[in-house]
Amino acid sequence: MLHGLTHDDNNRSHDESMRSRLANPPRRGAPRARKITFLPALAAMAGFSLLTTGCGERYLVFRPVGPVGQVEKDLIILSIILVLIVIIPVILLLWHIVWRYRDVPGNPAPYDPEWSESHVLEVIWWGIPIVIVGILGAFTVRDTFHLTKPPEKTAAPLTVQVTSLNWKWLFQYPDQKIATVNFCEIPVNRPIQFILSANGPMNSFWVPQLGGQEYAMPGMAMRLWLQANRAGVYYGHGANFTGRGFAHMAFHVIARPRTEFDAWVRQVRRRAPVLTKIGYQNLVHPGVVAPMSFSAYAPGIFETALLKESGMYMKRDLTILDKIHRRGGT
Amino acid sequence: MPTLLPHFPATFIVTGNPLIYGAEVSIVLATVGILFVLTYFKKWRWLWREWLTTVDHKKIAVMYLIAALLMFFRGGVDAMLMRTQLMQPNMHFLQAEHYNQIFTTHGTIMILFMAMPFIFAMFNIAVPLQIGARDVAFPYLNAVSFWLYFFAALLFNLSFVIGGSPDAGWVSYPPLAGLEFDPGPGENFYLLSLQITGIGSMATGINFMVTILKMRAPGMTLMRMPLFSWSVLASSILIIFAFPVLTVALALLLVDRLAGAHFFTMLQGGNPMMYVNLFWIWGHPEVYIVILPAFGIFSEVVSTFSGKRIFGYSSMVASLMTISVISYLLWVHHFYTMGAGPGVNSFFAVATMSVGIPTGVKVFNWLFTMYRGRIRLTVPMLWAIAFIPIFAIGGATGVMLAAAPADYQYHNSFFLIAHFHQVLIGGTVFGMLAGMYYWWPKMFGYMLNERIGRWAFWLFNGGFYVTFLPQYLLGLMGMTRRMYTYPADMGWNALNFISTIGAYVMGVGFIVLVLDVVYSIRYGERDVTGDPWNGRTLEWSLPSPAPHYNFARIPTVTSRDAWWTGKQARAKGDAPAPPEPLQPIHMPKNSGGPFILAVIFFIGGFGLVFNWYVLGLLALLGILVNLLLRSLDYDTDYYVPIEEIEHTEATLRRA
Repeated sequence: MLHGLTHDDNNRSHDESMRSRLANPPRRGAPRARKITFLPALAAMAGFSLLTTGCGERYLVFRPVGPVGQVEKDLIILSIILVLIVIIPVILLLWHIVWRYRDVPGNPAPYDPEWSESHVLEVIWWGIPIVIVGILGAFTVRDTFHLTKPPEKTAAPLTVQVTSLNWKWLFQYPDQKIATVNFCEIPVNRPIQFILSANGPMNSFWVPQLGGQEYAMPGMAMRLWLQANRAGVYYGHGANFTGRGFAHMAFHVIARPRTEFDAWVRQVRRRAPVLTKIGYQNLVHPGVVAPMSFSAYAPGIFETALLKESGMYMKRDLTILDKIHRRGGT
Repeated sequence: MPTLLPHFPATFIVTGNPLIYGAEVSIVLATVGILFVLTYFKKWRWLWREWLTTVDHKKIAVMYLIAALLMFFRGGVDAMLMRTQLMQPNMHFLQAEHYNQIFTTHGTIMILFMAMPFIFAMFNIAVPLQIGARDVAFPYLNAVSFWLYFFAALLFNLSFVIGGSPDAGWVSYPPLAGLEFDPGPGENFYLLSLQITGIGSMATGINFMVTILKMRAPGMTLMRMPLFSWSVLASSILIIFAFPVLTVALALLLVDRLAGAHFFTMLQGGNPMMYVNLFWIWGHPEVYIVILPAFGIFSEVVSTFSGKRIFGYSSMVASLMTISVISYLLWVHHFYTMGAGPGVNSFFAVATMSVGIPTGVKVFNWLFTMYRGRIRLTVPMLWAIAFIPIFAIGGATGVMLAAAPADYQYHNSFFLIAHFHQVLIGGTVFGMLAGMYYWWPKMFGYMLNERIGRWAFWLFNGGFYVTFLPQYLLGLMGMTRRMYTYPADMGWNALNFISTIGAYVMGVGFIVLVLDVVYSIRYGERDVTGDPWNGRTLEWSLPSPAPHYNFARIPTVTSRDAWWTGKQARAKGDAPAPPEPLQPIHMPKNSGGPFILAVIFFIGGFGLVFNWYVLGLLALLGILVNLLLRSLDYDTDYYVPIEEIEHTEATLRRA
C-alpha cells in the first residue's frame, strides 16, 4: 500500500483536524522546496534568454515597421493580456491548493470528500472565458476584415507579383516591368499589393516586420497587403515547406524613400539583363541561387504559370489579375 | 506498365548513411536475437497461444502499451536527431534530405503510431473494467485493430531501411507529396501504412462506442459512468466521424500517385487545397481524439489522489461533449493563410477560441476537485498536476493562435511548434504516462517504482519547459519550422542551443522511465490487494491482474464512484449482500484470424508501395478469403464452467 489514504486522518472531521493542528503545528516541509524554486528558476531562464538575444531587437514580430504588422502586433498584445487573466490565477491557485491540501500528517486544512457541486463557482468559470472570448473574438473579426483592404487609401498601391519557385523567390513589377530574384525593393509609405503564386510546391510568403504571411500556391493568385513606413532591410522567408532547398528560401525586402526607389528602378532598367522565357525555365529548375535583377521579363510569365494548371478554381482571382492588367496598361 | 515480376528500384535497400547502416545492422541483429530467444526457450507456442491469437482486451492493452513505448522511443530518437542538427547554425550533422525524412517520420510516428496506440492501451485496460463488462463488444475486431496497427507501424518503419522514408512532412500536402516532386516510394509507405492503421483505429472507435453504450453493468446509467469512460465515448465518436475523411484523402492521393489520377495535382482540374481541407477535417478532431482520453485519465487520477469526488461531474461531461462537437468546426484554423475570405476566417477564429471555454472549465473543475481534498503526490498525480500549468500556457497560446490576423504572424513558425508540443506533450503524453503509472498494477500485478518514477517525471517535465519555451521566442523572431539549418546572424543561436539541451534532458527522462519499467519488473512492489491506490471505480474491485473473464459476478451499480461508495458502506459496517450463485461465463475464443489478416494487409501494402499490383491483388484476395472464413466460422465462443471460476477466484483472492 502506497501513501495510504487509509491513514486514520483521512476521514477525520474538521474538529479533529483542528485538534491535531494544536497538537501538531503545520510543517513547512523541506521536500517541496525544489518545486517552489522551480518557477523563479524558469523565469530567470526566460529572462536570460531574452538578454542573450539582444533585448528584443530580434523579435521581428514585435518590431513592425508598417501598419499591417502594427495591427497584428496590437492584436497579439491584447490576446496576451486577455489570456493572462486566466492563466495566472490558474497557476497561482494550483500552487496554493497543492500546497495547502497535501496529504501530510497533521495538515489542518479542511477535508471535505463529498463536496463536489457549486453552481456559483461553475457560473463564474463558464462565464469568464465566455467574456474573454467575446472580447478577443470581436477584435479578431474587426482586424480580419481590416487586413483584406489596402493599409492606406491615400497613396496608390504598388503591385508586386511573387512566385515561389524551387527554391527561390521571383518578384515581378508589372507597372515597372522589371523583375528580381530573392530580394524585393519597395517604396516606403505606400501600400504594396503582393500577388502571390507558385510554380512548384505551395509555399508561404512571410516578411515578419511588414506583417503576416499568406500562402503562395500553384494555379492560384492570392493577394496580400503590406506596407513599410520606415526605410530598412527586412528579413523574409518561405514559411511552408517545399522540399530539399526550403531552408535556403530567405529573401530581403528593401524599403526605400520614393525617390531612391525610382532611382533603383531606373538603374535596374538600364543595367540589368532581360529575363527571357528560357531564363525563366532555368529559374524554375530546382536549385538555390543568389539575388538577381532583370531590366525586363518575357510578357505573360506570371499569367502563363498561373493558368497552365487550369484557372478553373480562381475566377475571383482572375478579376484581380484583370485589374492589375488594366492599371498596368494605363 | 505493371509487370508480372516486381521491379526493384535502385534504392530498394537504403544506403549511404552511417545512421541507416547502423539501423539496418541493429534490425537484423534484433530479429535474429528475438528468433533465437524464442526458439531457445521454446516460447513459440506460448507466444502464439497467449499473445498473437488473444482476443482478451487486457492482453491487447499490454501489446498496445509496449508498441506505443517502442514508437515513443523511435519518435524520440527522431526528435533528438533534429534538435542536434538545430543546436547550432549551419550544422552539418544531417543533410537536408535526412532532416526532411526525420521530421516527417517524427510527426507521423508520434501522432499515429505513438499517441493512438497509447490511448488505445488505456481504452483497452480500463473501459471494460470500469463499466463492469467482461470484454469489449467485439473482441475479435479488437484484435484485428491491434494487429492492423502493429503491421502498419512495421510497414511505416520499414521505409527507413527499404525504399526510403517519406519526406513531405507529416501532413504530406500535395503537390509536394505528389509524383512530380516526390517520385520515390517513401510517400507510398506513408499513405499505405496510415491507411491500414486508420482501418484499425476506425474499428476501435466503433468497438468502444458500442461497448460503452451497450455493455455497462446493471445500474450504471450514463451519468454514473466514470469520466474516463465518458472521455473514451467522446473520443470514439470523434474517431467514427473523422477517420473516414482521412481514409478518403489518403486514398485519393494514393490513386494520384499509383494510377496517375489528378485529384490533387491542379493539372486537369485537380486541387491541392481540397487535400489540405480533407486532411485537417480529420486532423483537427484527431488532436481531440488523443487529448480527450487524457482528460479522462486526469479526472480519474485527480479524484483518486485527492480522495474526493470529482468536482462538477455534469459540467465535466458537458464540456467533453461540447469539445467533441466544436472540434469539427475548427479545421480551417490550420490554414488561415490559405486565402479564405475574412468571413470564413472570422468564423473559424471565434469557433477556435470558444473551444477554450469548455477546456478552461475542465481545468477549474480539476483544481476544485483537489480543493479540500487530501492530495497524495504519487507519480500519476505528479503528471496530472504538472499537466495543468503546461496546458494552461498551451491553451493560452492556442487562443492567441486562434486570432486569425495574429496567426498570420505565427503560422508555420516555431511559435506554432511550441504551442502544439505544449498541448500534445503536456496533454496527451503526460496523460498517458499518468494513466500508465495509475493502471500499471492493474495490468501487470505490480507497482512501478515511485522513486525512479519521480526522477523520470522531474527530468521530463523540467526538460519540457527548457525545450519548448525558447521555441515560442524563436517563432516571434521569425524562425520557421522544417528548416534543416539556419543562418548564424539571426540571433536564434542561444535559444536553439537551450532548446536542444532541454530535449536531451527529456530524452534522459524517457530513459529513466524505461529503467523504472525494467527495474519494477523484478523489484516492483506486488499488488496483492487489487486496490493499491484506494481507488474509486470498479476496476479496483478486481484482483490485479484481473482474471480473463474480469468479473465472476457482474456488479450492480447504485452510484457514481461505485467501488468507493461500496468501501464506505462496508467501513460503516453495512453487511454486503450475500453473493449470487455463479453462472457459467460466456467468453470469446482466441483466434489467429486477426493476426493473419494483418499480415496479409502488410504484404499487400508493401507490394503497392513499389507498384507491384500483382502482390496487391493477391493480398486483396487473401483479405476477402480471410473475412469469408471468419463469417463462416460458428465456433467462436465458449462458456467458462463454474468450477473453473471458483478455482480461479479462490487462487486470485487467496481467500
